[in-house]
Amino acid sequence: MNTITHHIPEPILAAYAAGALEHPFALVVATHLSLCDDCRASFGAHEVLGGALLEDTAPEALSPDLKSGLMELLDTPFEPEPVFRRSGAYPGPVMAALKGRPPRWKRLGGGVRQTILSAGEAGSARLLYIPAGQAVPDHGHNGLELTLVLQGSFSDEAGQFRVGDVEIADDTLEHTPVAGAGADCICLAATDAPLRFSSLIPRLLQPIFRI
Amino acid sequence: MSEQTLWMIAVRDNRDKAAFAALFDFFAPRLKHFVMRGGIGSGQAEEVVQEVMLTVWRKAAMFDPERAQVSSWIYQIARNRQIDKMRRENRPLPEALAHEPESEPDAGQVVALEQETSQLKRALARLKPEQREMIEKAYLGELTHQQIKHQTGLPLGTIKSRIRLGLDRLRHELKSIREP
Repeated sequence: MNTITHHIPEPILAAYAAGALEHPFALVVATHLSLCDDCRASFGAHEVLGGALLEDTAPEALSPDLKSGLMELLDTPFEPEPVFRRSGAYPGPVMAALKGRPPRWKRLGGGVRQTILSAGEAGSARLLYIPAGQAVPDHGHNGLELTLVLQGSFSDEAGQFRVGDVEIADDTLEHTPVAGAGADCICLAATDAPLRFSSLIPRLLQPIFRI
Repeated sequence: MSEQTLWMIAVRDNRDKAAFAALFDFFAPRLKHFVMRGGIGSGQAEEVVQEVMLTVWRKAAMFDPERAQVSSWIYQIARNRQIDKMRRENRPLPEALAHEPESEPDAGQVVALEQETSQLKRALARLKPEQREMIEKAYLGELTHQQIKHQTGLPLGTIKSRIRLGLDRLRHELKSIREP
């Protein structure tokens, strides 16, 4: 396992543990946790705190038949939920978002491709495929963007990002990520607002590609 | 080892219904209150409680006392259930770590985690009421990450150092799982 140097910031991790994070960001956090022992341990500590608060909560009276009803359910057969395992560069949570199927790439131009995993009011999550050495058009953000590297690497004004690393970008960062030479770069990216492209053509295409 | 941990191990290894009933008696009324704070009524809260406790029974094999307290494990199950229900979508979850359910738990590890947790609880108990309220809000999912970030007045000093200790321990343990 390589060394991860760009982690999930503590407030985002706490919000994930508490269930307060929107779905696209929660997907990035769950994927990072699958790759990063440090953040998984930190997440474990947040769970301990949540559990301590639960234990401290004042009890609320239950309906008298709740317990007996539940005890009767224990022996009923049930279908276990499907478990999505890691496949190649894609950790379990990404495979779950792909519903177990390989990504279906759509061209964005310049060899860059994407697969949208989810798009809605809460923002969007997608996979980006950037050929080695290739740049993603210069763009800024209207909101928060988390980008997690799954394969290869990329560099931009903020540094170099390798497998497992997360870049946190907000409306103050105008950046041009360039995929590292050697391997094509695959990223999981989540945004809560559409990206702003600096050049005109990508801006016109934005509504079509939902990026 | 705490009573709760022993009950949970009995449920996991022996499908012990009496131990499960004991866990229910402790956690179900607290879970109900916890869930109702999220703004749902008593009836719906009991549905969530039932689903959470049923998941505790069905997924007991996943419980690893060297890595999680019973209460933290149940807390996460409750958060998952609530999110799946409220947002009608599955909450993304990290890959499960492999562990050997057949092996005897390392009592030293389990007790160390329990001690760390009781120290965390004491730190919680020393908070001022309004600080405590803020922590509760954060962990009940009532604050966004921006709000958590901006709560600089949060009494996180002591709590953070406790979390960090627990974190350290967990991290070493995770390393030993990966690199036996």
